[in-house]
Amino acid sequence: MSQTNLVARRLPFWTGRSSRQVRAEIEGFLYASPFILGVLAFWVIPLGYSIALVFMDWNLLAPPKFVGLGNVVKMIGDKYVGLSLYNTAFYTFISVPLHLMLALALALALNQPLRGVSAYRTIFYLPAVTPAVASSIIWLQILHSEFGLLNQTLAMLGIEGPRWLWEPDLAKPVFIVMTFWTIGPQMVIFLAGLQAVPGELHEAAAIDGASTWQRFRSVTLPMLSPVIFFNLVIGIIGSFQIFTAAFLMTAGGPDNATLFKVLYIYRNAFQYFSMGYAAALAWLLFWIILAFTFLQFKLGRQWVYYETELKEG
Amino acid sequence: MAQPTAGHSVAAARPALATRWHRTTAGRTLLSHGILHLVLIAAGITFAIPILWVLSTSLKRADQVFTHPIQWIPNPVHLSNYVDIFQVLKIGQQSAIPLFFQNSMVISVTGTLGTVLSSALVGFSLSRLRWRARDFVFAVALATMMLPGIVTLVPRFLLFRDIGWLDTYLPLIVPDWLGGGGFFIFLMRQFLRSLPYELDEAARIDGAGSFRIFWQVLMPLSQPVIATVAIFAFLGNYMDFMGPLIYLSSSEKFTLALGLRWFAPSAAGGAFGYPNEWGWVMAVTALMVAPVIVVFFVAQRQFVRGIQLTGLAGR
Repeated sequence: MSQTNLVARRLPFWTGRSSRQVRAEIEGFLYASPFILGVLAFWVIPLGYSIALVFMDWNLLAPPKFVGLGNVVKMIGDKYVGLSLYNTAFYTFISVPLHLMLALALALALNQPLRGVSAYRTIFYLPAVTPAVASSIIWLQILHSEFGLLNQTLAMLGIEGPRWLWEPDLAKPVFIVMTFWTIGPQMVIFLAGLQAVPGELHEAAAIDGASTWQRFRSVTLPMLSPVIFFNLVIGIIGSFQIFTAAFLMTAGGPDNATLFKVLYIYRNAFQYFSMGYAAALAWLLFWIILAFTFLQFKLGRQWVYYETELKEG
Repeated sequence: MAQPTAGHSVAAARPALATRWHRTTAGRTLLSHGILHLVLIAAGITFAIPILWVLSTSLKRADQVFTHPIQWIPNPVHLSNYVDIFQVLKIGQQSAIPLFFQNSMVISVTGTLGTVLSSALVGFSLSRLRWRARDFVFAVALATMMLPGIVTLVPRFLLFRDIGWLDTYLPLIVPDWLGGGGFFIFLMRQFLRSLPYELDEAARIDGAGSFRIFWQVLMPLSQPVIATVAIFAFLGNYMDFMGPLIYLSSSEKFTLALGLRWFAPSAAGGAFGYPNEWGWVMAVTALMVAPVIVVFFVAQRQFVRGIQLTGLAGR
């Protein structure tokens, strides 16, 4: 990408190179070829295909029909587009910060020299390795309005529990609380980040009379900021694409309260067989996610601290 | 298990007890650790309840499922659910659960093998070999991590349809053999960069080619990251729902994750209209989660170490 590279690229790559260098080029390419093939087969070609689909009306039975911007026009008039985007944004922007805060809090606790840290870590991590289908079943039973564990427990306390997932106003908040259960991976990444903070920094700050809170604010948080950034970016990309739980548990209901964007795309593609429209919807989500990722990289420059020694690593 | 520091602080607190022990440094540590333990235990119980509830319900007979107060430890314990589920769900003459399990294993094991091998090869090329397009290829790998995969969902399905791969395991396995995705390549590359480059140079002087350096020098040293990639890849395949949902249509090819859906009706009703079957549902769920828990327990040390060593932490 540098200047020299740009100049060099105009010449054939073997110009002025020994056969050993040429071999190194070929070798590097060959070892990376599985990925290069993969990117072509599963990204480049599908992306191209998908762009073409946006302009097509295709139900898989009749041959595809060119409709120009018809799918885009349809999208503007479709009330479920806005609704599903609202639901997805609501879920993402509330759940991701909350999940990261809890994951960080747990990681901070587990970073203390406590007994049984590995046991705690296992317990907090296990839910994240519970298959989404299994956890959907588990939560459906816990949240069942009549026979569920939660409402049975509330009943013992003399409280009549609400209908949770079956209540349009509660369904999204319940999803947010439910997914607290799977913050294990973020916690483990935070924990690894905390363990990479050099002890000398804390000691130096302590000698200067910094309180625990000051040390957290001025040492831990800046040192951890790249990890927070990583978790935030990946977390938002993942949350925007929430699907399985909504597909299995609520099927988008009640009253479309959990009709998330990917669920709506899935329906259009595999239930209504509107391949072109589904592709158009997917592109909309694609650009929205990309815009937020880009925005975060922009904003990240102001708060993410990269230690120069680490950068070269 | 025993953490030296925790034991130390207890011992150090003792002489101070006569005065105001909680004002001393050691006393304060003891107090704060006590509070931390309480918080962590409370959080731990909250996190564990759903799994314990599954286990408990799976050991109950229908009349024990809805009792006041709730029976956490079934009395008596019934194992019949675990027997029944093998007879209830059938595909033709075959019991469905062993079949689904076998399918899941075929996909997960083949896929994991492919992911580990191909991501290691690519990671090797992106960290240890010097070639021109290397940084560009790495940037592409990072980009595929950041790009929302949803946009390829429909065209991938159509492409696999065009080449006749629908209702086979190929759409689920072949991508794993082609690098397995940006994240795994990233992990491998980061880890391999942390190994001393003198190893390669010494081996080259001894006349070893790139493949020998990769296979005999670097791979044996890469155990932690291999474990991390293998676990993530295995779990990813085993837990995957959307892939099998879209690509598999004949029920004898279903994976456990997809087959379990027969027991997981939507909120609208389904099996939950018949609460006497809750024990079955929970028994199937427990059977599905069990292998995952075993894998995690066996390899968790390696797994966590692998994450730490990839430098994911320091970036």
